[in-house]
Parts: sequence; C-alpha cells; structure tokens
Amino acid sequence: MIRLDENGHVDKPAQPPADDIAISLQCVEMRYGQKIVLSDCSIECKRGEITCVIGLSGAGKSSILRVINGLRRVHRGHVFINGNETTRMNERDMNEIRKKMGFAFQYSALFDSLTVGENVAYPLYEHTTLGRDEIRARVDQTLEALGLEGVDKKMPGEMSGGMQKRVGFARAVVNDPEIILFDEPTTGLDPIMTHVITDTIKGMQTKLKATCVVVSHDMPSVYAIADNIAMLFEGTIIEYGPVGRIKSSKNPIVQQFLEGSEVGPIPI
Amino acid sequence: MSTAVHEREIPGVDSVRRFFAYAGGLSLLLIDSCRYLFTLRFRFSEVMHQVYFLGVQSWPIIILTSLFTGMVISLEAAAQAVAYGFATFIGGTVASGEVRELGPMLTGIVFAGRAGAAVTAQLGSMVVTEQVEALQSMGVSPAKVLVAPRLLACIITVPMLTVFADIVGVLGGLYMAEWQVHLSATIYWRSVQQMVVMDDFYKGMFKAAVFGLIVALVSCFEGLRARGGAEGVGKVTTSAVVTAIILIFAFNFVLSFLFF
Repeated sequence: MIRLDENGHVDKPAQPPADDIAISLQCVEMRYGQKIVLSDCSIECKRGEITCVIGLSGAGKSSILRVINGLRRVHRGHVFINGNETTRMNERDMNEIRKKMGFAFQYSALFDSLTVGENVAYPLYEHTTLGRDEIRARVDQTLEALGLEGVDKKMPGEMSGGMQKRVGFARAVVNDPEIILFDEPTTGLDPIMTHVITDTIKGMQTKLKATCVVVSHDMPSVYAIADNIAMLFEGTIIEYGPVGRIKSSKNPIVQQFLEGSEVGPIPI
Repeated sequence: MSTAVHEREIPGVDSVRRFFAYAGGLSLLLIDSCRYLFTLRFRFSEVMHQVYFLGVQSWPIIILTSLFTGMVISLEAAAQAVAYGFATFIGGTVASGEVRELGPMLTGIVFAGRAGAAVTAQLGSMVVTEQVEALQSMGVSPAKVLVAPRLLACIITVPMLTVFADIVGVLGGLYMAEWQVHLSATIYWRSVQQMVVMDDFYKGMFKAAVFGLIVALVSCFEGLRARGGAEGVGKVTTSAVVTAIILIFAFNFVLSFLFF
C-alpha cells in the first residue's frame, strides 16, 4: 500500500532488513522545526560490527544516533532496530528497545547529583532485579574494565573530561547492551586520552560483541576502530563501506573531507 | 479561499493556539506523572529528598513572610477596630484571613518563588546538559523519576508549610494587637475560637495542596522544555514563577468562590 506523509509525499514501503543487520535506516527524513537535518538518509549496520559515521559539524551525525535511539522521530522513511520497525512505535515499546541499547553522549551527560557509582548503576537499578550487592559487583567490574578503579564514590564534577567520558561509557555498557551508540567519543580530548578512549571502544566491542555506531570526525580514531564508515553530507549518506573503500573513494566531497582541504566542493 | 485564510494572520489565533498547547502539555505531564504515582512506581527516597529540599529549606522564608503578614493585618485592623469599637474581633479577623486566604496563598506564592524556581532551574539544567536525554535513552521516563517525586513532595509540603504559616501569622497578629491596642491575649484567642472553624482550616489545606500541585507541575513542565544554554534556563525559570503565581491567584479565586 502506498502511504503518504504529512506533506503528501510518497512514503516508500519498508523493506525488512536481512537477519545480520542490527540497525537499518531507510530513506529517513528528519527535521528540527522547518530545518531538514536528515534527508533521504539510508544506512545499514551489521550485527557485531563498528560503523563510524563521519561528516562535517552540523551535518546531522548526532541526529542519526538520536533517530536510532528513538529520541527523535523521523518524518519520512523507516527505522529498524534488531528487526523491529521503530518508526512509529509508541513510547512504551520504544523503551523496551532502548533497554537493549547503550548511549554514550558527547558531553557524557552524567547525572551530576549522583556519584560515579550511582551513575553507572542507574540502568541496572531501573531495568534489572539484581540485588544491591550484585549491582555493586557489576559496577566495580565495569569501572575496572575501563581503568576507573576506586572512583565510584566521586562526583562527576570532580573528574577530568576524559574520565567523565569513560564513566559515560561504563554507564552505557553496564547492562551488556546489544547496540552501543557513541556520540563524538574523542572530541576535546588530548592525544593520549584519545588513544585510551579508542582502545576502550574497540575493547568493549570485542568483549560484548555489540553492534556499535560511532559518530566522529576524528579520522585516526575512526580508521582504528571502524569496520565500516558512512560519510554524511548535508543530511544524506553519500559514501558507505569498509575503511579501504572510503579511503579510495572517488567522491570529491569524501576526498576533500579526508584530506582536510579547503579547496573542493564542500562550501566553507 | 481556504488557503488565503490560512496564510492571513488572524489576530489572537497564535496566542490561543499557544495557550491550548501549554494547557495540553501540562495536562499530559500530570496524567503521565499520576500514572506512576497511583501505581507506586516511583522512589520513595527521592520523594523524601525533595520534601527536605523543597519543603524544609523553604520553611524560614515562609515563616518570615507569614509573621509579617499577620502583624500587618493586625496593625491595620487594630486601628480601625478600636475606632469603631470592634477591638474584640481582631483575633478572629486575623485568624480567619490567615486560615482561609492568606496562609495558603502566600505560602503558595513564596513557595513558587523559592522552590518552583529551584525545580525549574534544576530540570532545565538537566535538559541542556543532555541528562534528561540520557534518561530517555535508557528507556526511563523523566515523568517517573523527575516529575512524579517532585509532584508528590510539593502536594505534601505546601499544606505542611501552610500550617506553620497560619500559626505564625496568628501569633504575629496577637503580638501586634497586644502592642498596638493593648488587647489581652485571652480576648484575642476567644475571638479566634469564635470566628474560625475547623472547616475553614480543612479548606485552606485543600487550597494549599492544589497550589503545591500547580507549582510542581508548572515548574517541571517549564524546566523540561528548556532549550539552549544558561539563557534558556533563565527564561523558563522566570516563566515558571510568573505562570505559577498567576495560576495560584486564579485558582485561589475559584476555590474561594466554591468553598466560602
């Protein structure tokens, strides 16, 4: 059946993704007010792989993560998470999907009234029936895996930006999610901390076998962790594939972005 | 024809649309929060924390405002009452005004300024620092963990504060009556007993609970719709206090009309 969206445009019928696809965005359009942020945006993320979304600032990279998590609903197109179409899913059902997702925010978004330990434990308190001791053990284990031993009593404001990022990661992975979303994980960090965070993401993905979507424009980190890279330009994925394919892309926009050149089709 | 109507600016239409959008937003937030309150799906410890933060810490300012209000009513009433020979009614006049109107309303207004602003600023800051999105991304409703506990805390707290406000206001009135017109405490208390009935007190408490609900709901709603940075938080905080105070005045009139 042909479906029309609110503007009378033909909404293409959904194509259920293959079994090995954890996340599928099909011809997605998303707006903030009148501003179109994502337009005809399609991407498929394979189960257990790391997909990095690269692009200019303001290209809509973070919006992709919010669409995947259901924090922003699309105006056109279709979103599938683990085979379930979430495009027009109600909030209660969406929450069930979200319980299997971890989201590491760009600025950590730690609850500033809670200690580090309480922050990391929060998803477990909300979504599991684990006892206090079991939760504490799981939190300690997760913090230790991220090199954050002994900080559980600290408040987020007492920690450096890099440590806050890692606490945000700990909170995102503490309940062993099937999908982990990372929003600009290395932005604003020094090279050493960037290296630590990159290794942490790779290590967590290897350990949890989770599907990861990483939004970044830090290319060395992207090359280090990505199985696939998607280049987003003006709300649309213009190139997608393994690292080698992106590096050898003939698309002048991709080439200009990778080279960091001022000369090219990208308006400055 | 219909297109032309749509395109033309119709005076007042946008304001009406915004009014209904606001009222609808408040109603949805109330329904969502009540769902968690009635099914007891909220943290009791968080409610207690909010009772302390919003209620206990608002106590001094509410006591002070009520004390001076009681004193000024007594001061004004005493001079008139003595001039017309009704000095024995000063206690009743002050107490009746406090219990029925001034106690709940002043408590509500001061509470809106102190606690309401704090709630809006707190939630607004959480919104602009993505903490509310972090909650939602985990599948946790902000209505459950942020709004419901504050709503219950305010409904409990404002009537409790009003009891103190009533007592202090009446005592302030007694002090002024004794000092200004040398009225004895016995006559003052006898007048209070004659003119104030428990029914007035209960109705005053009901009003206070409604004002608590208004402050909590408006503050949380405004806080959750904060956008931008510090400026956005400042705007919604101002808006929350102003809206809550206007609603308190409006609801006070409606409730007084229905009750008394």
